[in-house]
Amino acid sequence: MDTIFALASAPGKAGVAVIRISGPLSWEAVRLLVGVIPQPRQSTLRKLRDPDGEILDEALVLVFDQGASFTGERVAELHLHGSIAIQRAVLRVLEGIAGLRMAEAGEFTRRALENDCLDLTQVEALSDLIEAETESQRIQALRVFSGALGKRIESWRRMLIEAAALLEATIDFADEEVPVDVTGDVLARITAVISAVGREIDGMNAAERIRTGFEVAILGAPNVGKSSLLNALAGRDAAITSDIAGTTRDVIEVRMDIQGLPVTLLDTAGLRETQDPIEKIGISRALQRASLSDLRVVLVDEHGIPDVPLGDSDLILTTKADLTGDASGISAYTGQGLDHLLSEIGHRLSAIIQGAGLATRERHRVAFFDGRESLERSIQLLNRGPGFYDLAAEEIRAAIRALEILVGRIDVENLLDEIFSTFCIGK
Amino acid sequence: MKHRDFDVIVVGGGHAGAEAAAASARSGAVTALITLSEAGIGVMSCNPAIGGLGKGHLVREIDAMDGVMGRIADQAGIQFRLLNRRKGPAVQGPRAQADRKIYRRGMQREMRETPNLSVLVGEVVDLVVTGDRVGGVVLSGDITLRAGSVVLTTGTFLRGVIHIGDQCQPGGRMGDRPSIRLAERIDGLGLDLGRLKTGTPPRLDGRTIDWSVIDAQPGDDDPVMFSFMSSRPFARQVSCGITHTNERTHDVIRNNLGKSAMYGGHIDGIGPRYCPSIEDKVVRFSEKTSHQIFLEPEGLDDTTIYPNGISTSLPRDVQEEYVRSISGLNDVKIVQPGYAIEYDYVDPRSLDLRLGVRNITGLFLAGQINGTTGYEEAAAQGLTAGLNAAREALGLTPVLFSRADSYIGVMVDDLTTRGVTEPYRMFTSRAEFRLSLRADNADQRLTPRAISLGCVSEARQQAFNEKQDRLNTGRDRLSHRMFSSKEIARLGVKTSTDGQKRSGMHLLSFPDMSLSKLSAIFPEFSDIPTEIGAQLERDALYANYIQRQERDVAALRRDEALEIPSSVDFSKIEGVSFELKQKLSKARPKNLAQAAKIEGMTPAALSLLLLRIRKLSQVRSA
Ligand SMILES: Cc1cc2nc3c(=O)[nH]c(=O)nc-3n(C[C@H](O)[C@H](O)[C@H](O)COP(=O)(O)OP(=O)(O)OC[C@H]3O[C@@H](n4cnc5c(N)ncnc54)[C@H](O)[C@@H]3O)c2cc1C
Repeated sequence: MDTIFALASAPGKAGVAVIRISGPLSWEAVRLLVGVIPQPRQSTLRKLRDPDGEILDEALVLVFDQGASFTGERVAELHLHGSIAIQRAVLRVLEGIAGLRMAEAGEFTRRALENDCLDLTQVEALSDLIEAETESQRIQALRVFSGALGKRIESWRRMLIEAAALLEATIDFADEEVPVDVTGDVLARITAVISAVGREIDGMNAAERIRTGFEVAILGAPNVGKSSLLNALAGRDAAITSDIAGTTRDVIEVRMDIQGLPVTLLDTAGLRETQDPIEKIGISRALQRASLSDLRVVLVDEHGIPDVPLGDSDLILTTKADLTGDASGISAYTGQGLDHLLSEIGHRLSAIIQGAGLATRERHRVAFFDGRESLERSIQLLNRGPGFYDLAAEEIRAAIRALEILVGRIDVENLLDEIFSTFCIGK
Repeated sequence: MKHRDFDVIVVGGGHAGAEAAAASARSGAVTALITLSEAGIGVMSCNPAIGGLGKGHLVREIDAMDGVMGRIADQAGIQFRLLNRRKGPAVQGPRAQADRKIYRRGMQREMRETPNLSVLVGEVVDLVVTGDRVGGVVLSGDITLRAGSVVLTTGTFLRGVIHIGDQCQPGGRMGDRPSIRLAERIDGLGLDLGRLKTGTPPRLDGRTIDWSVIDAQPGDDDPVMFSFMSSRPFARQVSCGITHTNERTHDVIRNNLGKSAMYGGHIDGIGPRYCPSIEDKVVRFSEKTSHQIFLEPEGLDDTTIYPNGISTSLPRDVQEEYVRSISGLNDVKIVQPGYAIEYDYVDPRSLDLRLGVRNITGLFLAGQINGTTGYEEAAAQGLTAGLNAAREALGLTPVLFSRADSYIGVMVDDLTTRGVTEPYRMFTSRAEFRLSLRADNADQRLTPRAISLGCVSEARQQAFNEKQDRLNTGRDRLSHRMFSSKEIARLGVKTSTDGQKRSGMHLLSFPDMSLSKLSAIFPEFSDIPTEIGAQLERDALYANYIQRQERDVAALRRDEALEIPSSVDFSKIEGVSFELKQKLSKARPKNLAQAAKIEGMTPAALSLLLLRIRKLSQVRSA
């Protein structure tokens, strides 16, 4: 049984991130981080260190024994108070410990279920939780795929299918008219994927903050003051502001730092009934982008709340407080309520960090690494010739499995499709 | 208990039926095999060959369960080839040309001589159905036979239609009538039916072939047998021939495409992509100017030749014209024209892992009727259905194969969860644990289980135990002997210079190492028998990978053990997307492992499914 870990949100303790570890190696993992393990069920303050002895954070550490924990396995919890950077660092240290891997959505629950550690009422509550977790992962993944990375990943998928299909064709159709040695063709595709994955990994480390920060969408009817707010927040004229309703047809992005978090503010098309086809496109784009955002700020004026699906954490604000005199509203013109808005956004985003956003990105990073490693091993095997094709094919399968969360599932039918369209099989 | 004529009745004497009947009888059930004619038992309706890649693995597994196909194929083999001999042992597949007559006779003898088994000749026209339970069959002439369970293996006979050019006639196989009433009964049971097609090439008179211009393809010098109980071929060995189509052949076919049953729009069924007709090949791969044809002898004292690679549904005169354009076949006589056959199959998703029909007790389906193609696929299903039909009739627990233990498990799982879109054939690439599911270790994977089920002959049991002892001794000796780096250097093996000692097994995992090289320098190992040594070498080669897969295997096993009660309403699982609910409702997975394989399934959705199962069982026990 693997030992798994994940960020688990700590109910009622905002600002604290809990990392939960479950499985046979969980105590051992904690020992590597903090030295001496505290008594079970006694939360103790300890210094967390990385393998080089560098202090990562000072955290509350709690361990539970087998049979006396949420999952029924040995469990450890680290209550961190540090920033995202620290959380990420701790996750990476855990990732680096052999036998540990990041948990899938719902996996803790699954273990608890398998070990009969849940009663009926807990079960009811948990399905909502898993649902939320899955949804937030799905949104993260969608965001990755809808961008330029999506296109690149599609080309990796193509090449992996071709490479695997070439190998499988020589294996499964050896007595047909298929080439005997496909080493060159397979190598070409594998090396292309390896270098593409490598570029992605490099980019990830350097530019991750900028590229994959949070997205906050500003929504509202035309002329409610979205663009003015954005400009006021960003302190520069990124979006065109004018008094003609419906000016912002496309989504405009402004990157900024809010309480240390990388945030992209999205200024979207004004929401209203319209006949103009171009404006319609703008509005549907606005809604789509907004639905993939981490947080929505909805601006309302005297006309009321626009019809958009909202989540619990979304913000609803009245604008033009300078004109209406509404003390709880905001004004881009006088700056009223803007500081409070920023701190509110920062606060809500921090809560999300403890959810799946960070975890999903970590998961992708791990997928890149594992996939690349398998592909590198497949190259060594390919170079030994057809006698090692079965092992090379195994490594490519492993790579595909690792990259599955990115490239989607590639199954034997995809390979057979490729084989039958490439070679004339059938004696 | 109600009166029973037999514990188990198997309908059909093809490859599925014969294997099912034998497996049932071996399990101790009083069994009847009912077939249209005794002479039809063991008939190969298509090419005279058994085994191949994936298929050879299946035959080995059948044999490991003490089935019949492997032993009879060894008796009938007239040319043995181990495919992929130069590739890794995991993907090597034994194959043999079989003498049709020897095979048929051997199979018929086997059926006659198997204790507990009676062969009855007749046409089954109906099933005895009471409520949701099948309790026997009705033969034409209105004779009713009662049984604890029934296995249907009627192949292509369900509403079969044979096409030659624009001519078509009802038929289950050339010369046989189709089963129409039975098909109607199956309709009546509410099973989903689909339509598939397959084809076969014209048979040639070998005496009219000019062999002087044809390349010979001999068998292997050291033939590899199917059965763990055979050591060498029984029959005289012969060669096959190889010739090729040419531009002229293709012109003839292109000019007559409109007359082909398939291209003339007479056939709607879906054919296998890996077994295209020559019409298909010429159209789809128009850039190829030549296709290979294997000329396979149908038997030692049979002049018929099976030209593998040119199956067709063109009219007879066009077949003659294109065949005669081929080198060596210019004056050839066609003994029987090629044809295409369309037939009904039952959507195998209506079956459980025993190949029993869900929601109906006592009815099992095996073979081509489930949408597969091939003798080996049919026989492997026959084995599964036969064992389980017997166990149901005798009130014993089911025997389930897993994707982690056999190709049989892979096939049954594929069929019952994914269904088929074209005739299903086994490929090694279908097995995710291919490196551990090797042809050479089929006995170690399955025979112990077969022994515990009590369906293994004493002779095999003894042979197996002896082999197992020799393997264990060999492995122990090689694992315990530690070689110093100096000794390793004497072997000429390049290792890292960490000065570590390594075991003999470890040394065997190096790419250029072999037991013979080892014992040349260290004669203490020269007494390890060759075939034992070869197996140890293979184990060593894959050891790392198999170890890595063990986690996946364990996870699979765990998920397989989590059964989904049939009362689960998949449309009511909170938190799962609508699309996934629909897929689940359609596939009706029987355990968590099957659910996990559904396209688009996420770990979270699996947890939610598990939540649902637990909730149900807690409610029930509360
Ligand atoms: C024309 C043709 C071409 C083929 N081409 C290929 C190919 O290229 N490659 C390949 O791998 N496989 C091919 N096959 C498939 C292969 O032959 C079959 O998959 C395999 O033989 C199926 O075995 P089975 O036991 O399911 O059915 P069959 O071997 O068809 O046996 C059916 C049995 O049921 C009996 N039966 C039927 N109805 C009744 C009844 N009502 N009462 C009593 N008995 C009944 C029949 O007498 C027969 O014995 C082809 C088959 C055909 C017919």
